[in-house]
Amino acid sequence: MQITIKYFGQLTEITHIEEETLEISGTYIFELLETLYRKYNTLKTKDFQVAQNQELVSKETELTGAEIALLPPFAGG
Amino acid sequence: MTNKKPKNVFQPGAITSEFIGNSIYKHQTKTSIGAHNIFLGQVRADEIDGKTVSAIEYTAYEDMANQKFHDIRESAFAKFDLTCMHIYHSLGTVKAGEICLFVFVSSPRRKVVFDALEYIVEAIKAEVPVFGKEIFEDESHQWKVNN
Repeated sequence: MQITIKYFGQLTEITHIEEETLEISGTYIFELLETLYRKYNTLKTKDFQVAQNQELVSKETELTGAEIALLPPFAGG
Repeated sequence: MTNKKPKNVFQPGAITSEFIGNSIYKHQTKTSIGAHNIFLGQVRADEIDGKTVSAIEYTAYEDMANQKFHDIRESAFAKFDLTCMHIYHSLGTVKAGEICLFVFVSSPRRKVVFDALEYIVEAIKAEVPVFGKEIFEDESHQWKVNN
């Protein structure tokens, strides 16, 4: 399925883009991450959480096709 | 819980003392209020490995962040007897010494506002997807992490 993925903060220094839409063949978040790790080698060394449809999800969550965001540690305030 | 649409909490650049003063002024008509409490987050000129932070450049996952601010607001109203609550956060560059977060709570009585303010500020730090790039005076940078 086609999934839009957004990158934030220091992760954009690895991806050099803030957003892209990719064809993902897997069923779960971790399968999407494997695709991204192949595309961006150093992404795996970074600390981040994953949001699907603006809610934090675990790696075992099923992909729904909604927007995915990779969120590095928060720094508000 | 209400189903109101989340407000936009973000403001471009620093939050000015005029804006903060004006917010206080606007509450003079709300005479059931007996106590306000205010938190102001200020950008600190931290020294790290001999370099000094001169500014923080804030970015956010804005839609999710505004929804999280909204959830925090709803949960604070459910927990505490608040008359009103306002949250403003900067986006973009805020220099050291300038204000990047303004949280303003009001209640008929004082005890409530102390507890409510701490609850809200801690929730913002932990739950809202805002990112901060600490810019040093030599224009190198590192990424801020809340702890």
